[in-house]
Amino acid sequence: MQRIGVFVCWCGTNIAGTVDVAAVSEALKSEPGVVFSTNYQYMCSQAGQDIIKDAVKEHNLTGIVVCSCSPRMHEATFRKTAAAAGLNPYMVEIANIREQCSWVHKDMLTGTEKAIILGKAAVAKVNLNTPLTPGESPVTKRALVIGGGIAGIQTALDIADAGFPVDIVEKNPTIGGKMAQLDKTFPTLDCAACILTPKMVDVAQHENIRIFSYSEVEEIGGFVGNFDVKIKKKARFVKEDICTGCGACVEKCPMKKIPNEFNLGMDNRRAVYIPFAQAVPKVATIDPSACNMLKSGKCGICSKVCTAGAIDYKQKDELIEEKYGAIVVATGFNPISMDKFDEFAYNQSRDVITSLEFERLTNAAGPTQGKLLRPSDLEHPHTIVFVQCVGSRCDACAEKGKEYCSKICCMYTAKHAMLVRDKYPDTEVYVFYIDVRTPGKNFDEFYRRAVEEYGVRYIKGMVGKITPEGDKLKVQASDLLADKQLHIDADLVVLAAAIEPDKTARPLATMLTASMDTNDFFTEAHPKLRPVESPTAGVFLSGTCQGPKDIPETVSQASAAAAKVIGLLVKDKLTGNPCIASPNELMCNGCSSCERVCPYGAITYIDKEFPQPDRTVAVRRVAQVNPAVCQGCGACTVACMSGAMDLRGFMSSQIIAEVDAICK
Amino acid sequence: MQKITRDQIVSKAVSLLQDGTVSAVLGWRQGEFCYDVTPSVFNTAEDIEANFVWNDFCGANFSKYLVSKTKNIDGKLLVFLKPCDTYSFNQLLTEHRFNRESVYVVGIPCEGMVDISKVKAVSGEGIVCAESKGAGLSVTTIYDENPKEIPYAEVLSERCLNCKSKKHVAYDELLGDEGEVIDSARFDEVEKLESMTSEERFAFWQGELSRCIRCNACRDVCPACTCEKCVFDNPNSGAESKAPTNSFEEQMFHVIRAFHVAGRCTDCGECSRVCPQNIPLHLLNRKFIKDINSFYGDYQAGAEVGMRAPLVDYDLGDLEACDVFERRDSE
Repeated sequence: MQRIGVFVCWCGTNIAGTVDVAAVSEALKSEPGVVFSTNYQYMCSQAGQDIIKDAVKEHNLTGIVVCSCSPRMHEATFRKTAAAAGLNPYMVEIANIREQCSWVHKDMLTGTEKAIILGKAAVAKVNLNTPLTPGESPVTKRALVIGGGIAGIQTALDIADAGFPVDIVEKNPTIGGKMAQLDKTFPTLDCAACILTPKMVDVAQHENIRIFSYSEVEEIGGFVGNFDVKIKKKARFVKEDICTGCGACVEKCPMKKIPNEFNLGMDNRRAVYIPFAQAVPKVATIDPSACNMLKSGKCGICSKVCTAGAIDYKQKDELIEEKYGAIVVATGFNPISMDKFDEFAYNQSRDVITSLEFERLTNAAGPTQGKLLRPSDLEHPHTIVFVQCVGSRCDACAEKGKEYCSKICCMYTAKHAMLVRDKYPDTEVYVFYIDVRTPGKNFDEFYRRAVEEYGVRYIKGMVGKITPEGDKLKVQASDLLADKQLHIDADLVVLAAAIEPDKTARPLATMLTASMDTNDFFTEAHPKLRPVESPTAGVFLSGTCQGPKDIPETVSQASAAAAKVIGLLVKDKLTGNPCIASPNELMCNGCSSCERVCPYGAITYIDKEFPQPDRTVAVRRVAQVNPAVCQGCGACTVACMSGAMDLRGFMSSQIIAEVDAICK
Repeated sequence: MQKITRDQIVSKAVSLLQDGTVSAVLGWRQGEFCYDVTPSVFNTAEDIEANFVWNDFCGANFSKYLVSKTKNIDGKLLVFLKPCDTYSFNQLLTEHRFNRESVYVVGIPCEGMVDISKVKAVSGEGIVCAESKGAGLSVTTIYDENPKEIPYAEVLSERCLNCKSKKHVAYDELLGDEGEVIDSARFDEVEKLESMTSEERFAFWQGELSRCIRCNACRDVCPACTCEKCVFDNPNSGAESKAPTNSFEEQMFHVIRAFHVAGRCTDCGECSRVCPQNIPLHLLNRKFIKDINSFYGDYQAGAEVGMRAPLVDYDLGDLEACDVFERRDSE
């Protein structure tokens, strides 16, 4: 039998104003197991906690019920108090008589009645509480960053600087991501490469960082502190450690007509290629779908011209297995496909381009060496129309586009428009918009400069149709403020395509058992208070994989994720939550129902030997819960038919006892 | 009545036993009465040839027997499964209740099995012989040595009249032809119950369930009831009870059981077949199946191995509890 102490808090007048606290402590005195009951002005204060500690000693209490605010608020406080008094911290139950009583009831009578009932429920539960001890698990002091864009780079650098080894897995031949493709960055207009490439070099030279480029995560097992990851290093047919990146092979490769993905297909590359001059690692890669030698065994020129002898046509995919303590997802974004937006004639005219293609067109390392020439005839465009929100902020029921705002388009379109007017003042620039959204430091000033100083013509309204006619693009649009239809003959149209998470994110989320929203953005553990953690312990989020973001925001989130990772890796051992599921193996059928509903992948099965009454041994399949992975959600306990699975601290018997106490 | 003959089944069993494919055979053996057929394990060809039974009373679903009978077996156990039995077979495999490798399944066609209580209602008690004859059953009793012929349509069990599938969803070998899933009228009775007022429905179930003697036959035969320890036998479950102490308790027994098998029940109808009090227990399960179908889309438990049942699966399109109430109120 427990010896329970009840401590009713006034919370100043917060509770005492609507709940008769003396009546509550008096009523609970006669509940089964209760040997002491009192009330006090502020239980969470030092004096209040001392009342609890003294009562534990004086009355030999084995359990504590605190009738106070939400357990979210002070459960941890009172658990510490109990521990300081020599009790197991899990012998404490909170009855929430503030948020659930005094704050929602106006009438003292009903508030008090409910407070007493909730107190009785808590007492009924404590009667069945057992001391719980959290488990411990060791931490592998190495982090994995998936994705080598600016988010992954920043996270990796911060973790590595703190002294922990980091591996970056990047599916492309080079790190750098989307930022490497950009020309200038808003709102300061510094060149993207100038600020990004030094960071890429830092990554390459950092003693704590390994880069697995042209690699993909194949399999993830384990749990926080102890992930087992298999990484597939795809064959690039060039020995990475020998290649000097001199580019001789690229120059001599006869296969010249391969669309260059780095320039979004606006020019060509060879079958052997280095994506761009500052690529990291600066190593050539042979595209097996284009290389004659790999396809038919005829050619071999690159291997002849390579003085280092780095070409290896027989190279195979390599599987790397490594243990990690933490995993950071930084898989980034892509512009959505324009295939469904026939009205903008993207597939009919080469002069209708996306904003990312525009970045390449104005980039000095791009297909036109930074001269703004339209793709169809390489003429200088004199009228440019920018269309915002292409595929962003669409109706939920629309068959194309995304419901969300892509967030970066307003700013980069202002940047594009401004740069065009700056470099080519003879060019007319129109921007069609629904709203211009510029929250951010120096963002609105930037946009206003585009309008006021550079004379960019912002028109509120959407473009309805674009029709290629001769060498012009007939743009049909509405000006909502002037309430009239506009017809513009444009030379170039730039579509601010919505962004969406990279296609690799969904299968990765499945491997990580991390949750995603309907748009395939990773879900954070709490939208406000835990924005860089995934609900899956040990998995962190960096950059646009979690939601649309610009570079400054991405970098700050990347550093935040790094801080969380460092906070994890610096520990030698992880203390788990003891309120986890545990199966009664004698009752477990091994039916896998619990495994199927577990959102964290915490349940596995083993074949276990059970001695039988007749002295034989029976082997049965039974569930095992990994205490480091289980988050105590309880889904398994309701899926279990035979009632073999129970949640420590929230056992079915305890919940039923609470319900019984309430219904009595 | 049955398309397949005893000889065909016996020769298949004997040949599989003799060529070593299987080491034992799960089949039917004659019981006390002519209509009383008992599942049994045969170990020799002689035993099979002498004692194997195949007739219109071989209703027992063998799937559940595999859980216990494959535990300590060397080699494989041959089992004959009727189409409806194969659904339970798959469901048990989904729940890892036995090893697929320990079983050799021969699918046999079924033309429906006879409900002996329906026969007795026509012929009276004291049946000494009940044989298939043309489109009916020829029944002799101790009170009347002249055989009485009863058409099959009058004596087939309810589950067979509303047969949901003649298709085998699992087998290693099939005797006879591949059948089809049938669009049956099995939910008609449920709809009748649904159209009652709640008072009428309560009275209906009270009438039925108050006959329950808590023999536990329904639970013991149910292929979905394979828990290591049943909640009704477990003193810690809070639901333990061995006998009905009041009329409310036996309702709880059947309601808890219906919830426990919800989403896993294949509607094989064994519960109603074995009930000595003729309680239409399958209607409880069918109500669940009908609701699951309407809330989450058509789902047949056991149609495939490894299926995720709607009640233990989640997707964003799932029906919320409030929608269920809305739907109920709008109906």
